[in-house]
Amino acid sequence: MSFLRTHPNGALGLEAVGMTKRFGGMAALDDVTCRVSAGTFHALLGENGAGKSTLVKCVMGYYHADQGQIAVGEQERAIANPKDAHALGVGMVYQHFTLVPGMTVAENLVLSRTHVPAVVDWAAERKALEAFMAGMPFRVPLTVPVSALAAGEKQKLEILKQLYLKNRFLILDEPTSVLTPGEADEVLGLLRRMTREGKLTVLTITHKFREVMAYADEVTVLRRGRFAGTGKVADLTPADMAEMMIGAKEIPKGASRLATPLGEPRIEIAGLKALNDGGLAAVEDLDLTVRAGEIVGIAGVSGNGQRELVEVLAGQRPPAAGEIKVCGERYAATRAEMKRHRLCLLPEEPLRNACVARMSVAENMSFRTFDDPPNARGGWWLNGAAMRGAARELIQLYKVKTPGPDAPIGTLSGGNVQRAVLARELASDVRVLIVANPCFGLDFAAVADIRSQIMQARNRGAAVLLVSEDLDELFELADRILVMFDGHLVHETPTTQADIGVIGQHMAGH
Amino acid sequence: MEDLGWWGVALAVLAGAIRVSTPFLFVSLGELLTEKSGRINLGLEGTLVMGAMSAYAISYMTGSPWLGVLVAGLAGALFGVLHALICGLPRVNDIAVGIALMLLGTGLAFFLGKAFIQPQAPILPAIEFGWWSDLPQVRSALQINVLFILGVLLAPFLLWVLTNTKWGLIVRTVGDSADAARAMGYSVNLVRLAATASGGFLAGIGGSFLSLYYPGSWNEGLSSGQGLMAVALVIFARWQPIRCLGAALLFGGAGALGPALQSVGVTQGYYLFNAAPYLLTLVIMIATCSPTRTLTGAPGELSITK
Repeated sequence: MSFLRTHPNGALGLEAVGMTKRFGGMAALDDVTCRVSAGTFHALLGENGAGKSTLVKCVMGYYHADQGQIAVGEQERAIANPKDAHALGVGMVYQHFTLVPGMTVAENLVLSRTHVPAVVDWAAERKALEAFMAGMPFRVPLTVPVSALAAGEKQKLEILKQLYLKNRFLILDEPTSVLTPGEADEVLGLLRRMTREGKLTVLTITHKFREVMAYADEVTVLRRGRFAGTGKVADLTPADMAEMMIGAKEIPKGASRLATPLGEPRIEIAGLKALNDGGLAAVEDLDLTVRAGEIVGIAGVSGNGQRELVEVLAGQRPPAAGEIKVCGERYAATRAEMKRHRLCLLPEEPLRNACVARMSVAENMSFRTFDDPPNARGGWWLNGAAMRGAARELIQLYKVKTPGPDAPIGTLSGGNVQRAVLARELASDVRVLIVANPCFGLDFAAVADIRSQIMQARNRGAAVLLVSEDLDELFELADRILVMFDGHLVHETPTTQADIGVIGQHMAGH
Repeated sequence: MEDLGWWGVALAVLAGAIRVSTPFLFVSLGELLTEKSGRINLGLEGTLVMGAMSAYAISYMTGSPWLGVLVAGLAGALFGVLHALICGLPRVNDIAVGIALMLLGTGLAFFLGKAFIQPQAPILPAIEFGWWSDLPQVRSALQINVLFILGVLLAPFLLWVLTNTKWGLIVRTVGDSADAARAMGYSVNLVRLAATASGGFLAGIGGSFLSLYYPGSWNEGLSSGQGLMAVALVIFARWQPIRCLGAALLFGGAGALGPALQSVGVTQGYYLFNAAPYLLTLVIMIATCSPTRTLTGAPGELSITK
């Protein structure tokens, strides 16, 4: 496929040549070149911190590259800010949504235009928007506030917004991380069709090989800020791409599942109901049992009550109804109960849910034990040296990258915060483990490491409840998979007999 | 003069609602605009007093109360700009700045206004809507100040601006998601500066009503926390201009309860009835807050809802 600058039907080609961007002394991007031919579906692969986001942010004009040129269509362009990029027809769909939650879909769309009229004629705008929506393969209700949309709908709206703006080069940042497999296929299928027709060029950041193999034409791989390879997807296997992404580095093999006998029930939830922040039922009539020696996985698109369920178990949210028993005793998520049952919890967004960002790594690692000897005398006279000593051991054991035990934990990268919390939670001999999205945004090595820790806990006879939005993770770790939709558990299957299509349908509520 | 009995109380409360509500209305609409842009300006109490003082001083010196109103608005806008500029600096908390400006505004107004406590300045005219009635109570109740009418018109106008104009949509975007606004290329600080300055302008006008119409003189005890209560009022109104109008009337009516009861001879608990607006504020705050649910309609960037 030769490089095509503009497709007769409108799609734009884009070249970023020799891009270098330094933050302080560190080069986030070092002489990277990426060529995306008009009318193609191009995937940008790389581990976390490989420089993918930096590259596209330079293209979009959020960052100013220290070196390098960008050509859009026929000529080289200087893109000083996102408005310049939009003027050229280059648009981006971000991983975090850029929609205004308190405003309606129609308001969001009109506001996204470069030229918003001083006085908006809503009757005319609504008519125009309805006509636009009618020509689109998926639709989003216009008069609903964005905060009331599900994550999948928001993602669709982000893409619709770019099409509404008539952008002909689209950059997508992990576009399917909040979608069900079915929704992802729908969205990617539509975009691929538009690239085929030469109306659109797509550059997508992703780490899902399945989607690269099924939808992308070409791929560019980055590794630690450098160009690591490019090629046509048809000529490559996932193994080739993985090697480009991580280099010669060995991926540690995960711990294997041992045949352990199922033990007694450790978590018993009956008729649980929990309300969300708006006072509506987020979890309803939830019955769930997790036995010793098994991992029970809960699948579901985010926003279906998983977060509230974990918060109830963590003691962050009071249950509205129902009963929870841990190791056969009533459980109210107090610190004493967690200690007695050796219940450990790794919530999602650990920096927000399980850490105090401004306290040191050592202090954060001592949250479970700071008032026990040797960390404290008499339960109140704290021994900082003992905590720091214990933290140093954990830091080494779990390979937490930190300047030292006294660094505020908020200064660590996401993966290292995750490791620090995992180190704290798995330090004691855990009997009940509750984990939510433990590998979100981590690189291969860290993912393999954390998954292996979870499997080892199971093999030692712990009862594990794993809430995850990543189906691959559930298929790898769980003994049983349950699907959560709209606050209810709607499907249950042993992993050995699980069918990803059936699970996907249940995730979408069919 | 006829004695209207309890009807008199109702009439006095209505008259009070119209008269007392005007500063509430202006300050709360100003605060609403500021909060829609994602910042809370607690300094509006200071802006109010500053507006009252400057309006009275200008009216006394030039003989034109309307020029006083304008200058009060400009003084308020200046305070808004100051608030926005300080809050635009990194790691500055808008609530702390607001409290500082509240103290600065009242202090400055007392200092500069010493000379204007005694003299009588020309005050704002009222329109007689009670010409049809023979009852003096009705006539006095329906003496309505032009500022009140302006304020009543301002509420739907603000609603229209917020939903139907580019500027309104931008203000709401900035207030709901600063990230989204930045992604669209709008300067968050600049928009907030404009919104806070406009809010301050309105609050200043609210202050001018105090000194130039009701009670109609300048002294240090002129404001009784209307600027602060307006913040509660905006929350009560769920950030909707039309509800702000209703809430201002309610607060105004509550404020008029004490004097109205006194006029029919109920003197017991006079101070208690005078405390009605504060009590109302407290009740509203308790009724609308809840540990388990977030406020609906609150702009997402407000530091109290984040």
